[in-house]
Amino acid sequence: MNQWEVVIGIETHAQLATVSKIFSGAATAFGAEPNTQACAVDLALPGVLPVLNRKAVDCAIRFGLAIGAEVAQKSVFARKNYFYPDLPKGYQISQMDLPVVVGGHIALQIGQGDKAYEKLVRLTRAHLEEDAGKSLHEDFHGKSGIDLNRAGTPLLEIVSEPDMRSSEEAVAYAKALHALVRWIGICDGNMQEGSFRCDANVSVRPKGQAEFGTRREIKNLNSFRFLKEAIDYEVQWQINEIEEGRKIQQATVLFDPDTGETRMMRSKEDAHDYRYFPDPDLLPLVISADWIARVKGELPELPGQMRERFINDLGLSAYDATALTASQEMAAYFESTVAVAGKANAKPCANWVMVDLAARLNKEGRELADSPVSTAQLAGLIQRIADNTISNNIAKKVFEALWNGEGATADQVIDKQGLKQITDTGAIEALVDEVLAANAGNVAEFRAGKEKAFNALVGQVMKAAKGKANPQQVNDLLRKKLAG
Amino acid sequence: MIDASLKQLSQALAAKQISSVELTQLFLDRIERLNPTLNAFVTVDPEISLKMAAAADARIAAGTAGALTGIPIAQKDIFCAEGWRTTCGSKMLANFVSPYDATVIHKMHAEAGLVSLGKTNMDEFAMGSSNETSFFGPVRNPWDTGRVPGGSSGGSAAAVAARLAPAATGTDTGGSIRQPAALCNLTGLKPTYGVVSRYGMIAFASSLDQGGPMAASAEDCALLLNTMAGFDERDSTSLDRPREDYARDLEKPLAGLKIGLPKEFFGEGCDAEVMAAVRAAIAEYEKLGATTVEVSLPNSHLSVPAYYVIAPAEASSNLSRFDGVRYGYRAPDYGNLDDMYMKTRAQGFGAEVKRRIMIGAYVLSHGYYDAYYLQAQRIRRLIANDFVEAFKQCDVIMGPTSPSTAFKLGEKAADPVQMYLSDIYTIAVNLAGLPGMSVPCGFAGGLPVGLQLIGNYFAEAQLLNVAHRYQQATDWHRRRPEGVA
Repeated sequence: MNQWEVVIGIETHAQLATVSKIFSGAATAFGAEPNTQACAVDLALPGVLPVLNRKAVDCAIRFGLAIGAEVAQKSVFARKNYFYPDLPKGYQISQMDLPVVVGGHIALQIGQGDKAYEKLVRLTRAHLEEDAGKSLHEDFHGKSGIDLNRAGTPLLEIVSEPDMRSSEEAVAYAKALHALVRWIGICDGNMQEGSFRCDANVSVRPKGQAEFGTRREIKNLNSFRFLKEAIDYEVQWQINEIEEGRKIQQATVLFDPDTGETRMMRSKEDAHDYRYFPDPDLLPLVISADWIARVKGELPELPGQMRERFINDLGLSAYDATALTASQEMAAYFESTVAVAGKANAKPCANWVMVDLAARLNKEGRELADSPVSTAQLAGLIQRIADNTISNNIAKKVFEALWNGEGATADQVIDKQGLKQITDTGAIEALVDEVLAANAGNVAEFRAGKEKAFNALVGQVMKAAKGKANPQQVNDLLRKKLAG
Repeated sequence: MIDASLKQLSQALAAKQISSVELTQLFLDRIERLNPTLNAFVTVDPEISLKMAAAADARIAAGTAGALTGIPIAQKDIFCAEGWRTTCGSKMLANFVSPYDATVIHKMHAEAGLVSLGKTNMDEFAMGSSNETSFFGPVRNPWDTGRVPGGSSGGSAAAVAARLAPAATGTDTGGSIRQPAALCNLTGLKPTYGVVSRYGMIAFASSLDQGGPMAASAEDCALLLNTMAGFDERDSTSLDRPREDYARDLEKPLAGLKIGLPKEFFGEGCDAEVMAAVRAAIAEYEKLGATTVEVSLPNSHLSVPAYYVIAPAEASSNLSRFDGVRYGYRAPDYGNLDDMYMKTRAQGFGAEVKRRIMIGAYVLSHGYYDAYYLQAQRIRRLIANDFVEAFKQCDVIMGPTSPSTAFKLGEKAADPVQMYLSDIYTIAVNLAGLPGMSVPCGFAGGLPVGLQLIGNYFAEAQLLNVAHRYQQATDWHRRRPEGVA
């Protein structure tokens, strides 16, 4: 394994969140009765013609701007010809030679802690196309049924360069892309419903070799877990093949989630000749500078821009800034918490959102949108830590109380449950004296050089204070007394 | 009444000299009597037609009639019409009843109040120049029933020539309005690409197809084009231009008109008697005050080869939807899916359609695309540029529509290349996207000869004017075939 390098490129089909289809006026909503959302154009009746939905173009422009790509002034729709029952026209309208989006990149943050690193994945292109319908192979007495509701749904096919070197990087890319398309509102990202699906082109080569190995394409991966499992299996399979002296043949494969294996769908020899040519029913798509400017004006702040702002304005680490901008919901929650808690508390705000709140939500399988603790409540809590009203440990109690609806604000919980920190030096000193007198053994051990004994003493004082003594003051006073 | 112009029919209807129901019945009777000989119509539905006629009479009575309300017309069976069987001349669609109206049909029915008499026979999927490729059998030329009417709009041409209808719609991809108009002594107009909506007009070659009128005179064509033309948001290649009255310039004098005569259209390859009729027509124009100038279309010899790459390429893809899955013909017995496709398409399409699908698939395939399809597109641009240059020297271009008069049934059926050459003068016009007309200009051996007029982009009104003034001075267009009275 160590002498092999993995090379991965990903093609993603993102279903665009338009109300109607890309070349007809039929609705795109998911889950309707079969064939109730297919009009004459979707059914490819004789004589019908496609008309481009400009909202789908808006989505492509948004995406292009969000990844720093070139939005092509002129792009061309082409016909990809093949026969299949769920492809009503016998061709799919797509883009071939001149796609609407060219280039661009996505920045990834991979791994955690010391092993964390950044990576820039370049994109080749993104193009507009229509989805096919669905073949239904069950419940038709041995025949197949065709549902054309999905036929003509707009897709943006996003093609990356072969820049990823591990399944971990591939998943990080897919997640970042998934977050981005949802962030800019062009795709609902629903992977179960097929709104966001990936094909992975995988090859291996000996480390140090310049040219790529022969790739195999794994089709239609609709979860991040399957993406990872499929790539891991495929990589191992390819390495085994090569090590056993066989050559990899270019092929398209399918991943079976039940067995965790990939199996061949068709070889290069079986590959279709799609006979692409410019669709004479559609004029070239010309996008003016005004159109781009209009879409640019409607774009929200992008994750990359927000990340920079978090680092520069709020003093967050690159890791925190990336994690917080992984989704628009999380970033918005964080921002509105900071707005109340104050910029000076940005770092604790980040920790609470990313660690404590995230863990609590995760435990109950809830989404951030239905967090019982509001941003104002969390900000109030963080402010009480900052002004020493409560310690971090007590804060966790207060947080739990807020989660359970035991108070409207942190202050209310602190008051009601008497959790206010003891900061009166006299009171703490009295407790310290009491503990020192009662624990002569620990005191002796500490004086003999055992630092552990000191912690035991701190614990005794905190216990006597029911956790409410200011920990710093307890430390300082103990040190002073033991030194004296 | 059967020989009346659209204008005369309109006046008769307005004056209540005849009702639309009576007029419609008059033509339905002629169809019943003469169609068995001519095979011009593949579908006639008197019940629907008379219902439309009654509705038109109600509009006339209510004073809400338009210029053509109540006038019967024949529709080429390439236009989808709601509730009408729409076959495109093919077994593939022999059982297809359209659930929607083509834009042209909608404009004629719902807006203008024209009455459709039925659907006319045509070469299968408009692929042919003789109407012999129709699944429903050949159409016979009313001037000589042993001869072809031309194609692909041969049914429409025969119907109007035999006065089974006062006028008809046609479509023209490489000459399919103009050539049958010439062979049947009609006036036919192929508009500038994009003037008439293609929505609902079953596609043969999308970048070349254009619908247009076929009638007895330029004036009739102008009135029909007024109802057919106009921007359609359902056709992305339709041109968004202000509405115009195509009859507005009909009477304009021709003094000072500059006629370009391409030397390539007056060389070899054209029947001498046809050429004599064409030259006589040009002499007539000179009498009307026009002058002539020789122009050149140096790439016109490349138009047939370029056309027989581009048109089949588009057709091979356009016809993929006829797969037996959703509508139309499906082979009765088949094994797996591939077998179903193969049998359905092998049985559902005729030989000429299959030939063009194969040519088209070939020229688009990997490794051949650049040499054929791209090269043909380059030639297409050169041909269009030739016309741009020529129109710097003249207002209209004239020449023969077809190199010969109507040929005998079966004469060219076995030789596709000979058949393809019948469109040698018309094809370049489609490749360039220009408007073109055919106007009756005499006879050769007792058979009609057509004069082709080619205009600059959007010069329909001018072409109609040029044709109309000629028809004021001559009576070729008023001649009727004997034996179909």
